[in-house]
Parts: sequence; C-alpha cells; structure tokens
Amino acid sequence: MHQQTLAQQSQALAKGDYSARELTSHYLQRIEQFDSQLNSFIAVTTEQALAQADAADAARKSGTVTSLTGVPLAHQDVFCSQGTRTSCGSKMLDNFIAPYNAHLLEQLQLAGSVSLGKTNMDEFAMTATGQSSFYGPTSNPWDALRISGGAASGSAVAVAAGLVAASTACDTFGDLRLPAAHNGLTGLKASYGRISRFGMTANASSFDQAGFITRTAEDAALLLQVAAGFDTRDSTCSQDTVADYNSSLNQPLSGLRIGIARCLFDASVDSRIADLVLASAGQLQQLGAILIDIELPHSAQSMACASIIGSGEASTNMSRFDGVRFGYRCADPADLDDLYQRSRGEAFGPAVQQRIMLGTHFLSANQYEDYYVQAQRVRRLIKQDLTSAFGQVDLILTPVTAALPRTASKTADPVSDWSCQRYTALANLAGLPALSMPCGQVDGLPVGTQLLAPWLQEARLLNAAHQYQQATDWHHSRPNGF
Amino acid sequence: MQWETVIGLEIHAQLATKTKIFSGSSSAFGAAPNSQACAGDLAMPGTLPVLNEEAVRMAYLFGLAVDAEIGEVSRFDRKNYFYPDLPSGYQTSQMDLPIVGKGHMDITLEDGSTKRIGITRAHLEEDAGKSLHEDFSGMTGIDLNRAGSTLLEIVSEPELRSAKEAVAYARAIHSLVQYLGVCDGNMAEGSFRCDCNVSIRPVGQEEFGVRAEIKNVNSFRFIERAINSEIRRQIEVLEDGGTLVQQTRLYDPAKDETRAMRSKEEATDYRYVPCPNLLPVVIERSYLEQLRTTLPELPVQKRERFQSEFSLSAYDASVLTASRAMADYYEQVQKTCGDAKLAANWVMGELSSLLNKDSLEIGQSPVSAEQLGGLLVRIKDNTISGNIAKTVFEAIAQGEGCADDIIEKRGLKQVTDSGAIEAILDEMLAANAAEVEEYRTADENRRSRMFGFFIGQAMKASRGKANPQQVNQLLRQKLEG
Repeated sequence: MHQQTLAQQSQALAKGDYSARELTSHYLQRIEQFDSQLNSFIAVTTEQALAQADAADAARKSGTVTSLTGVPLAHQDVFCSQGTRTSCGSKMLDNFIAPYNAHLLEQLQLAGSVSLGKTNMDEFAMTATGQSSFYGPTSNPWDALRISGGAASGSAVAVAAGLVAASTACDTFGDLRLPAAHNGLTGLKASYGRISRFGMTANASSFDQAGFITRTAEDAALLLQVAAGFDTRDSTCSQDTVADYNSSLNQPLSGLRIGIARCLFDASVDSRIADLVLASAGQLQQLGAILIDIELPHSAQSMACASIIGSGEASTNMSRFDGVRFGYRCADPADLDDLYQRSRGEAFGPAVQQRIMLGTHFLSANQYEDYYVQAQRVRRLIKQDLTSAFGQVDLILTPVTAALPRTASKTADPVSDWSCQRYTALANLAGLPALSMPCGQVDGLPVGTQLLAPWLQEARLLNAAHQYQQATDWHHSRPNGF
Repeated sequence: MQWETVIGLEIHAQLATKTKIFSGSSSAFGAAPNSQACAGDLAMPGTLPVLNEEAVRMAYLFGLAVDAEIGEVSRFDRKNYFYPDLPSGYQTSQMDLPIVGKGHMDITLEDGSTKRIGITRAHLEEDAGKSLHEDFSGMTGIDLNRAGSTLLEIVSEPELRSAKEAVAYARAIHSLVQYLGVCDGNMAEGSFRCDCNVSIRPVGQEEFGVRAEIKNVNSFRFIERAINSEIRRQIEVLEDGGTLVQQTRLYDPAKDETRAMRSKEEATDYRYVPCPNLLPVVIERSYLEQLRTTLPELPVQKRERFQSEFSLSAYDASVLTASRAMADYYEQVQKTCGDAKLAANWVMGELSSLLNKDSLEIGQSPVSAEQLGGLLVRIKDNTISGNIAKTVFEAIAQGEGCADDIIEKRGLKQVTDSGAIEAILDEMLAANAAEVEEYRTADENRRSRMFGFFIGQAMKASRGKANPQQVNQLLRQKLEG
C-alpha cells in the first residue's frame, strides 16, 4: 500500500481494495517501525487518525466522498491544529495548543482526509537543513550521514520513507522544494495568495506560502484542488477562480516555451547536477517544449535580498513569543525585562536568535535605508526580471539547488546553508508558483529540477511536471530499506 | 524675557466601530477582563489581521470634514516595541502613508475671532490593552479587551499658542468627531485622549524650542493645566540659565506638575516596517464623493445657520452647537415651543445649571427636549409665568411628568382673569392703606420703588399665579387712577 501514490490510494479506496482504517493502520505501523530512526514526526496522533479513518469509511458507505476521503496525510508542525500541540519545532511552543485549525488543515479535513500527525521541521522554519528542531534532527533516508534538507524536513522524509503518501509544508525561501529535491520527491509551492495563510505560523510573511510534498505532480494537483481558494481571514489571499488542475495534467507540451537562464548554471553549481537539470530540459523538449534562453540579471542577489527582508519580517513576527500569554515562560522572572530576556533566550535556538538579531539590525533606524530599502528595490528588480522573462516564455527551468546535501556532522555555516536556497527563493521573492521534481541521481542521491510559472499558473506547472513524470522514472526511485 | 508658547496636539480618538480594527472581537467598553479578546487579539501564531471596512470609512469621513488631502494609497506599518499589553510586540499603525493627509480646523478664540489650525495628518492604528498595576500585589494584570480597538490619531501642526487655544482646538475636534458619529467622545473611558507637545521660544524667534511631550491627558481641564504647568517649568529652567532636553512627560493632576518619563536618548527605536499581512488601502475618488454626500451638518455650518435662522448671537450659537447632542436638543426644544430665543435662554440657563449641578451630559438630561419645549409653550401662551415655570421645570426634573400634568396637579395655572386680579389688588391695597397714602405724595423716585413693593405684595397674594403683565397694568391704573 505504501508504494502507491496518493492518487492510486484514492482509487483503491474507491474500489474497496482496502479500507481507510487498513491504510491508516498500515502507515501507523510503519511510523512505529521506522520513525525512531528517522525522526520525521514530532507527534503521531494515532487515536485521532483511526477515528478519522473510521469516519471516512462510514462516509464512503453512505456515499458522501471526495477524492481525499480516507487518504492519510501528515502536516508540517507549522500549521496550527486545534486541540493538539503545534510546536514549530521549538521549545518556545512545546506547550502550545491552538484553539483553531489552519485554513489548509481545515480544508483537507473537510475533504475527508486523515491526519497521521505533525511532522518535524527546522525551528520556526529558520534554517534549511532539518537539523535545528528542538525535537532533534530529521534523518535523511537516502544517506543517514547527510542532512535531509529543510525546513520541512519531516514532511519530506516521511513521504520518502513511505510513512505517508503526501504531506503539507510551508515554503519561505524553498523550504519544501529543497527537502523534496534531496529526497527524490515532488514539491509544489503555490502562488502567494493561492492558499490562505491563516493558521500557518509566520516566518517571513511576504514570502511564506503553503504547498505539498508528494511523489507525483498528479498528487500535488489533487491536494491543491482542495486547498486553493479565497479565505476572508487572510487579506493577501487571492479571489481569483481556482483552475481545474487535474483536467489539465494530460495536455500535450507541444509549443510550450521553457526559459533557461544560463547564468544559473555557472561554475558554482555542481556540474553533475547542472547536467542532470539541463537533461530534464532536454526531456521536456522531446515532449514538444521549446527551450528559449532568457536573462535574469538580478538573480545573483536573490538570497541577499530575501535574507534581509525575510529576517526583518521574521524579527517582528517573533516578537509575540514573549512568555506573557502562551508558549514558554522562564522560571521565576525577576522583572519584566528578565521575563522577556530569559523566556526568549532559553526557548529560542541559536538559528532563531540569529535571525531575530539580524532582522532587528536591518530594521533599526540607522540601517533601514542601507539594507531594507535597498533590498526592497532589488526585490522589485527581480520581480521585473521574471515578469519580462514571462513575456517570452511559459515556464522557467532552473536547478533546485547547486549541491548535494552536505554531511550532517559538518558544523553549520549559516551563509552557505542559506545560499542553497538562492534558486528557490526567486519564486518567493516574486510570489510565483514553483515546483521541484526529481530528475536524476548523483552518487545515489536524488537531484531535483525546478519549474517556475507566472502567478496563479499552477496548472501549467503541474501539466509539465506530470508529462515529464509520464516519460521518466526518477519519481519512482525509493531509498533503500524503506 | 517675553516667551512665546508653541503647542501641537496628537489626539487619539477611539473610532466607534462595533468590532476591532483587525479582528471580529467587540470593542465595547466595560466588559469582564479579557472576555473580548480572540486568538488574533492575543497574537497567537498564524492569526492574521483583516482590516475593518467601517474604520476606513470613518477615517475618510473625518478627512473630508477637515477638508484634508486624501492620498489614493495608504498603508499599514508595524511599530515594534515590547510591552505586556501589546500582544504581537508591535503596534499596527501608519507611518509614511497615512489615510488622511493635510487638513485644517477653525477654532474660535476668546475674543470671538477665528483661527485656522493646520492638521498635519490623521492615521489609523490599533490600541494596546491595559496593564493593571493595582489589585495584584507584586504582579501586573493584563486586560486585552481594548487591544486592537480602532484609533484615529489626529496630529496638529505646532500652531497653537496658548493652553486656551489648545483646549479650544481639542474641543473643536472632540465636537467634530461626535458630530460625524465616528467617536463617542467619552474621555472618562479613554475614547478621546491627547498628547500635548509643548515648547517655548523668545518672542520673535523663528526656530522652535526644545519640546516636551505630555502623554495621555484625558480631560480638557487637565490639558489646560498640564500645558500651563509645563510652560511655567520650561520658563523657569531657561530663566535660571538651564537647558531643556527633549522629553516625554506625564502630568500629575494632584501636584499640578509634569514629570519626566524618558528622554530622547532613551527613546525606543520603533523599527517601522510595512506590515506584510495587510494590503495597501487604495481608495477610489467615486467612493469619497459618495461618502461626502453622507457628511452631516458640521459645527461651523450649524453655528452659522443658528445665527441666521434663529437670530441667535454668535455666542449663543456657538454654545448651542458645541456638541451635536446639544444642538439636536436645542433644535427640538425650539421646534416644540416655536420661540428660538426663549428656547436658547432655557437651554443655556436652567437646563445647563441642572446638568452642571449633577455633572451630566446632555444625553443624560432628566428633562427631555420635548418636555422642556412643552413647558416653554405654557410660558408663551401665558398659562404660567417664567417664575412658576422654574418650579415646574424642577418638578419635571424630579420625574413628576410633563409640564401640563404638573401645572394641572399643582394648580399653578396663571390667573389672567382681570376681575380676579383686581379683587386681589383691591384686597392688597386695602391692607396697605398707609403705603398707598404715602405713594400718592411721594416723588418719582420713591414712587418707582414703592410700585415694586406693591407688585411684590400682589404676586405674593396670588401665590405667584397672577399674570405679571396684567398685575402691572391694573395696579398702575388703580394707583394712578
């Protein structure tokens, strides 16, 4: 059962090959068997999952079903879940139980899906390694010596190891596409505003957008169909009509114009990775696409720009965690300053503290013009680059990242750990939808290729990825032993 | 040395939106602590602000009323600082692009002349909660009911030159926001509070002096006293050869002095940054034009109309239009009794003393406008005299019913039957025969005084009910005749 994609499970459930309870129990048993080694879950909600599975089976008997009825999913612990802990991988929220569900979880629950639990993540999604969670690092099932990538490490690893067929995740600079690529999976980040951010704990609010880590583009289409749409609780949510993602999957790619910016394939990229990514472009060409060279002159500044604005936003977003109303509070505070300093000092890990310090610096009155204002200008330039590129092409193809995942034992170098998101962050800077998908392997490790589309053109992304996956097998590759 | 005072006010008016500026919680005053704070007001993770449309409408309405420039785009920013009653660790406010730009407000000075005061800007922002330091020994209680309430901060140009001008300006704004129905103006509940920026400079000097900002003054009387005591302090410091530092100060009404809270060096760097969760507000001209048609008659217009339509003096008109509630009350009284001058005298006289005595707002008046109007009708048609009317007014205030019922019940109807009055006079004159003799021989001066004596005796004999004009006329006939 766990070898199947979400779409296959949906069909199997519909045909009565097995029940939602059987499928859920199977996954719960696999989590029990493997997750002490992988640490991809922070919480497994066994009872709730079985109850939801039973409800789904009952609903099926009464004939009220959707394509997600009874399908198990796992959710990154960045999404608030009513009645169960939402930790964001931090000691700060180790005791936090939200009185509401995130919009995304609500939609998926309404559609009848089963939640297996909450997946591990880098603390407040502020690193991209899978190493900074308060609940310990997530292990890479492909190579235990290497990092899994993050921030949505658990959501990626759980799917890669067959502990669930698909998961939800948040993407700030590439936080779901990067671990998807490192784990041989498909990662879809929706357009900014396509999925409500309500209930999704903020990292950098103008970048954050939800998405999915799945085995296939088809599965991502299934989930996006349910999740996308307007929500009055998020002012930045788009009111545009939601496309029919599934029906466009099978369109032929003939005439599809794909842009390639050669500057993104320079010497800083592992040449073996560059070759595989370009080969994926060749494959798309064979399927009828036309490759066109484009320029993205400001793309080299993407990570500097994203980290300045992102840190600034993160620093103010994190101010609410002050030990006063919820979350961690230090013991016996001497006075108010002591309460703030120790609650935050004791509960935030080093990466989060570093991000807050940086953001505070960038926003301070005497630095603001030099950093934040400049970065906003660069962000506009990058958006313009992409907009003008999309005047000539329908999609843009880039590497997901320039290197294989580093070894876990190596001491963290924040700058190089950040720079691994310089291609993925382009989509977040411009609010565009983007998808990563496996396109080969180097040293037995998966490598991903990334596709970007104009705003709200998820259907086009999913169509191209699905056609690619009809012609290739990389997405069927599994890590050994799972 | 001769000093000139320079004052600018920052007024925080709590807008009368039913729910908070960014959440659906009620913003009513006086509920049990923390009973009106939702997850968003508590800044729980993943909650997002959604701008209250009514807050935007009210802010634009104010902008139109002060003839302000209104930009096409306004934007929300985060003002970052830590305080326990500020749940998110930042106040969502407006920095670079406020919803209302440059406007102005005309105020009436003591000499009756008008002065135009510039309004720099007005912007929307959320209020903080309340920290309660009493009742919790060694701890501070936090009540977040007020957190997220809608504030309009109205910033004036530093064009006020005395505490009296500052109060006149604050009163004018106070009156305006109530006229517009965008603020209840309740200062005791904190719906209208004021920060006063005060500096002094030698007369003739262009450059501003070093200013002090007196925070959160919450009554007109305190605005005047706080500013005056701050001016005295600044003059003292400078005349003693000292220097002033830019400071935030608090006014202590008990000691009638301001004291330093923090100086500029200690000022927080608020790290303003655009709020990424709120889209810029883009306004269409057609919306503003539509909104303009909903503007009520404003204080200035009403004052002018009262002068021309009711032939009131400038002073009377300005007293009667000081608040919308007062003006509405007066107009109702005027309509009921049909005598504008009589209505004005009673509203500014008897009614005002009654309200002042018990510190009541016009809205809490125990005598309704209809009741007062009904009373005045009976003065006009000579049913009762002005003096008796005062007694009836008291009775209405005591809740004894309307004027006609009281007049009837207490038998206060005026005697206008000249036969009856003559009988009273004859009896009275007979009882005072010696005085009548004296009157007949007295000189003009003495006569005049004695005439008053006879009137008094006659009114006393009629227990105040005889029509004074008739008494006067008939008495004169009898004495002269």
